Amino acid sequence: MFATKTRRAFARTVAALALFASVGAAAATAEQITGAGATFPAPIYTRWAEQYAAQGGDTLNYQGVGSGAGVTQIINRTVDFGASDTAVAPERLASQRLLQFPAIIGGVVVAVNIPGVDGNTLKLTGPVIADIYLGRIRMWNAPQIRRLNPGMNLPALAIAPAYRADSSGTTNIFTTYLASVSLPFQTTIGAGNSVSWRAGIGAPGNAGVAGAVRNTRGAIGYVEYAYATENNMQVATLQNRNGQWVRPGTQAFAAAAAGANWANAPNMAVSMINTAGAANWPIVGPSYILIPKNPNDPEAARRVLAFFDWAFNNGQAAADQLHYITLPANVKTMIRQRWSQVQANGQPVYSGRR
Amino acid sequence: MSIAALNPANHLRRRIGDFVMAIVCTAAALIGLVFLAWILWTLIQRGTAGLGLHVFTEQMKTPGQGGGLANAIVGSLIQVGIGTLIGAPLGMAVGIYLSEVGHKGKFASLVRFVNDILLSAPSILVGLFIYQIIVVPMRGFSAIAGGIALALLAMPVIARVTEDILKLVPDAYREGSMALGARDSTTVTRVVVPAAFGGILTGILLAVARISGETAPLIFTSFGNFNWSDSIFSGPMASLPIAIYRLASSPYPEWVDLAWAGALIITFGVLALNIASRVSLALATRGRK
Amino acid sequence: MSVASEASMHKPIEGSAKFQLGEFLFKGVLFTAATIVIVTLVAILLILFSAGKGAFEHFGPAFIWLNQWDPVRDLYGALPAIVGTIATSLIAILIAWPIGFGIAYFLTETCPRVLRQPLGIAVELLAAIPSIVYGMWGFFVLAPVLSTTVQPWLTEATMWIPPIGYDFFWFQGAPIGVGLFTAGVVLAIMILPFIAASSRDVLLTTPQLLKDGGYAMGSTRWEVLTNIVIPAVRGSLFGAVFLGLGRALGETMAITFVIGNANRLPDSFFAPSASIASIVANEFPDADQGSLKLAALFALGFILFLVSFFVLAIARLLLRQERMA
Repeated sequence: MFATKTRRAFARTVAALALFASVGAAAATAEQITGAGATFPAPIYTRWAEQYAAQGGDTLNYQGVGSGAGVTQIINRTVDFGASDTAVAPERLASQRLLQFPAIIGGVVVAVNIPGVDGNTLKLTGPVIADIYLGRIRMWNAPQIRRLNPGMNLPALAIAPAYRADSSGTTNIFTTYLASVSLPFQTTIGAGNSVSWRAGIGAPGNAGVAGAVRNTRGAIGYVEYAYATENNMQVATLQNRNGQWVRPGTQAFAAAAAGANWANAPNMAVSMINTAGAANWPIVGPSYILIPKNPNDPEAARRVLAFFDWAFNNGQAAADQLHYITLPANVKTMIRQRWSQVQANGQPVYSGRR
Repeated sequence: MSIAALNPANHLRRRIGDFVMAIVCTAAALIGLVFLAWILWTLIQRGTAGLGLHVFTEQMKTPGQGGGLANAIVGSLIQVGIGTLIGAPLGMAVGIYLSEVGHKGKFASLVRFVNDILLSAPSILVGLFIYQIIVVPMRGFSAIAGGIALALLAMPVIARVTEDILKLVPDAYREGSMALGARDSTTVTRVVVPAAFGGILTGILLAVARISGETAPLIFTSFGNFNWSDSIFSGPMASLPIAIYRLASSPYPEWVDLAWAGALIITFGVLALNIASRVSLALATRGRK
Repeated sequence: MSVASEASMHKPIEGSAKFQLGEFLFKGVLFTAATIVIVTLVAILLILFSAGKGAFEHFGPAFIWLNQWDPVRDLYGALPAIVGTIATSLIAILIAWPIGFGIAYFLTETCPRVLRQPLGIAVELLAAIPSIVYGMWGFFVLAPVLSTTVQPWLTEATMWIPPIGYDFFWFQGAPIGVGLFTAGVVLAIMILPFIAASSRDVLLTTPQLLKDGGYAMGSTRWEVLTNIVIPAVRGSLFGAVFLGLGRALGETMAITFVIGNANRLPDSFFAPSASIASIVANEFPDADQGSLKLAALFALGFILFLVSFFVLAIARLLLRQERMA
């Protein structure tokens, strides 16, 4: 008796699951562009996708699987486009017949937690930050820091550096900057999505690093600008290449993007790290899109390019809202010209708006 | 036992010692309860901030657009469903084999031993295993890969409970069935298993509870998805634990709130399943011990 | 579970013992399912090894004791992860063992009979909470509490203990909140129900007759426990601890949140560290197919599997010993 009753209940559960499964399947539409890769630009790509679909465009399904996995997937052609926070090596782009172009720019800032000190007025230089992460500067009242901040009442407090535990583009941008301004950092640690840190604690994601900074007296950490702004964190002023002290912000990031040498960068793999210019923020990096030059499915490639064309024209508001930086106008033009390299039967798959 | 211990002169000291140890052990039990209460309280406090009907009806959206966890909840239901549909029959078959066919034979003892090891083996390794044998050959993450990983985690739980429960079925049932000329298969499927079905269901519920909260194996198999998936055989699919993991490490406070809401949902869902399974076990074995 | 019935499947009456396809299939299906259990274990072992072989070939057996994890230079070694895994698990056992045993004693002896089942279930519910929830709670709630209370206090109290060599400073170092110690505490809470439940089951197996003998001699409950029960079931009690240890070694999500994820040897119990599982979870998304890094991650998985296998095997053998006796 009991047995049959429970068995019937079990059957009902199975039926309910099957129903859910069909609901899930129905909610997706057939015409979908798929992309995969970097996690750092995932929120903005997804927001653009929401707006594009709302205006009658195709549906974009972007998966923030990590830059490495994104490159692997586009090489295997299991997605329509890949995305990577790091530029792919020119030989690899050539052998895999991939076109690389930047789509969005982000800035990384240095957040601090020093009791009794307004972190927003703290001044730091790249080499000093590098020495902190190398474990060479261990106290907030170290002479190197006091020299930069005369008159500031820096406590005799241990510095607790925090970094991203997960492999991330943010780490790549930050370590690229430190390696470019500090020879010791370059030789002992180097730059990459995940590096062998000599000091400090790793926390998962932006929230982890921010949490570590907020919860730890004497902490310093690097986070995406979006995160620092959303959470009203105290962020240090940095000295840029021109010797100027700059506060992080969209203006300073845009200045760095504009000052980059776009025209001469092979595969548009431009460095925005520590660029020359009075207003430039030194820790800025683009995120790249990868698309096959010889797409198996030309129609899908056309849809991808149409999406980014739309985003370049209409994506400013969303970028502002999520604290990303859009590309300078001249760079967008340059990118649109390169799109003609994506061809099928000798003809570009995408030729401007339809 | 030393004679000194039994010396009446030590009586009071021994009584006090016994009392002190009783207090210490009671305190130990209280520590366990305090942590349970603390965790549940945190979940209620932080989880209710992001909770609402939209969590169940809307898919994940970018910050500022609202959005819920519907795609993750459905993704979890699908993958846990696949895991149960594969893992439950398999686990039941193993349990029946151990209890009704293998008994204490060498092979059955080996199976029992290995099953007990799989029961506690690190789930992240099951994820790596499925990644290598399913995700890589299929060239991508998929819900089916996630479901199979969960099935491998559900199987040993169900096998263990099924065997234990079948052993509680009195031999008189089996003997009665055989006396009527029933074959072994008939005895097992028509007499022994139905008699223990409530208990077996307990095992299945326990397994569902265990795999619903699994995060690590899904990182390598179904990966997680911000959107709805259109297939269970190709492409990543969202799941509640992975969504919580990603949202909790995101830059946006409302996503972190949503992560807590998800944690609240999953924890109370799993606890409810656990309690249900215990009730069902109590009903199934009532008067049988 | 009690009452292990000795039911054996009697052979059908002689006359009907001819070959029957149905019976053959029935037993065949059950046997196949049982075989799948063994095949799964062997396959996991082989697949992890073959996928990780690249790392063992590249670094040799030294992979196990190389103190490095440097993705920039493609240099990988397992030592920091192995040390972190073992250290967190040992801290967890040291905390959870006495408490778990105390709970077991409480539930079997001193607790009022009505409360035994509900309290037992409450403790076991701790085991049902998903590990990611432990991770979030540990990171957002427990770590800040530990960093302002327990950690500074321990640092003060243990100032006098000299470091091991010039490297390991016990409980010194910045009270950051996340690190080996916090990971050990979170793990302890997670394995507590396993240790408590299996210890309780073990204590319940002691024949009442033995205990009654002790009481008849005027012994207190505690004396009966230490002089009669524990000597009788010592092996199984260790089994319960090994079971908890096996659980602790492979825990992933909770550890990832609270261990601090530093891929280097820790210099104190408060220092951030990493475990095998946390490194695999953190580094996997960025490891290219076919890369040395991916092979190194699989090699780590293989090592973890071997260690867990032996610990769990010991646990099962110890626990079974008593059950048979």
